[in-house]
Amino acid sequence: MMDYINIFIKSIFVENMVFSFFLGMCSYLAVSKNVKTATGLGLAVIFVLGITLPLNYVLYEYVLKAGALAWLSPSLASVDLSFLSYIVYIAMIATFVQIVEMFVEKFSPGLYSSLGIFLPLIAVNCAILGGSLFMQERGYSNVGEAFTFGLGSGIGWFLAIVAMAAIREKLAYSNVPKPLKGLGLAFIITGLMGIAFMSFMGFQL
Amino acid sequence: MDKETYLKPLFKGNPITVLVLGICSSLAVTVQLKGALVMALSVTLVTAFSSLFISLLRNTIPNRVRIIVQLVVVAMFVILIDQALKAFSYDTSKMLSVYIGLIITNCIIMGRIEAFALGNKPWPSFVDGAFNGLGYGMILIIVAFFRELLGSGTLLGFQIIPASWYIENGGWYANNGLMILPPMALILLGCVVWVHRSIDKELQEQ
Repeated sequence: MMDYINIFIKSIFVENMVFSFFLGMCSYLAVSKNVKTATGLGLAVIFVLGITLPLNYVLYEYVLKAGALAWLSPSLASVDLSFLSYIVYIAMIATFVQIVEMFVEKFSPGLYSSLGIFLPLIAVNCAILGGSLFMQERGYSNVGEAFTFGLGSGIGWFLAIVAMAAIREKLAYSNVPKPLKGLGLAFIITGLMGIAFMSFMGFQL
Repeated sequence: MDKETYLKPLFKGNPITVLVLGICSSLAVTVQLKGALVMALSVTLVTAFSSLFISLLRNTIPNRVRIIVQLVVVAMFVILIDQALKAFSYDTSKMLSVYIGLIITNCIIMGRIEAFALGNKPWPSFVDGAFNGLGYGMILIIVAFFRELLGSGTLLGFQIIPASWYIENGGWYANNGLMILPPMALILLGCVVWVHRSIDKELQEQ
C-alpha cells in the first residue's frame, strides 16, 4: 500500500509532468488562458492517462517486452518486440482517444461540446505518450502501480494547468513590458513555478 | 519557391518562439549542447521526411483517419532514428531517454503536416519541414549554449572557463548550479522570446 501512495504523491508533486519534465507544454501554454477550459482539458488528461497507461503496461508486459510472448508458445520466448513500442503506444492512445470521443459524442452531447474540442488534441499531448514511455523505462511491477502512476501524473498536470490559468487570468490586467507580454511571461512564470515545485524534491514517504 | 519559404520558419514564423509548437520534448535536452544538437538533427530529419511522405500520400488518405495515418508515418521515422542512435551512439541515446520517443508527439511535426504538407506538393513540403526543424533546432542550441556554458563551464564537453578561475583552485568563479535545473530552461526561453519580440515589434501580443 505504501508503494502506491509513494508513487502517487511522487508523480503529482516531485516528478510533476509539466514542471520537471516539460511534458504537454504545447497544450499547457495554448489552453491556459482561462480557468474553465483549463479545468476541462485537465480532467480529460487525467482520464486518458489513467486508462491508457495500464493498457499500455499490459501490452508491454505481454506482447512487446523481450521474451514476453512466451505465454503463447515456448518457441516465441526469444522474440523481442520492444523496438515497436513507440508505434504500438501511439496507436493505442490514438485509438482510445478516438473511441472515447465517439462515446462521449453519442451518450453525453453536453460534455462533448464542452470537452469535445480538446479530446482529439489529447492524442498528441506529449504527457500521455511520455507517461507510457516513463512507465516502460521505470519498470513498474504490476498494473496497479502503472494505474497509480497514470492517475498521479494526470492530477499533477491538472494542478499545473489550473494554477497557470488562474495566474494568467490575473496577469491580463497587469502592465508588463510589451515584448514580454503573453508567451514570454508565460514561460518565465512556468519556470518560477517549477522552482517552487522543486522544494518537493527529496520528499520521502 | 522564394526566399520566404526558407527564412520564415527561422525567424518570423519560428516554431518555438512564435507558433508555440514543440516545446514539450525540447527543453529537457538543453542541459548540454551535445544533446541539443542531436535532438535538433533528429527533429529536422523526422519533420522533413514525414512532411515529404504525407505530401506524397495526401490524395489517398481519407480525412477521418488522417491523424492516425500521420502518427504512424511519424512513428516509423522516429523508430528509425531511435534504433540508429542506439546502435551508433548509445550514450547519447541513454542521455536523451524518453525524449527521442516523444518526437512523435512533437507538435511541430503534426502542425507542419496539417498546415502545409496536406495541401502542397512533395518538394516544397520537404523544404518547409526541414526549415521548421532547423528553426526549432536553432532555439534549442541557443538555450543549450547558455545553459552548458554558465552551468558547467563547458561547451560540447570541452572546458571553456579556465580551471584556475574556480574557487576550488584559488580563483573567484563558481558555476551557476541553477542553470542545470529544469526550470532555468523555461526562463531562458522566456528571455529568448523577449529579445526576439523586442527586435521584431510586429510579433508583440496586444
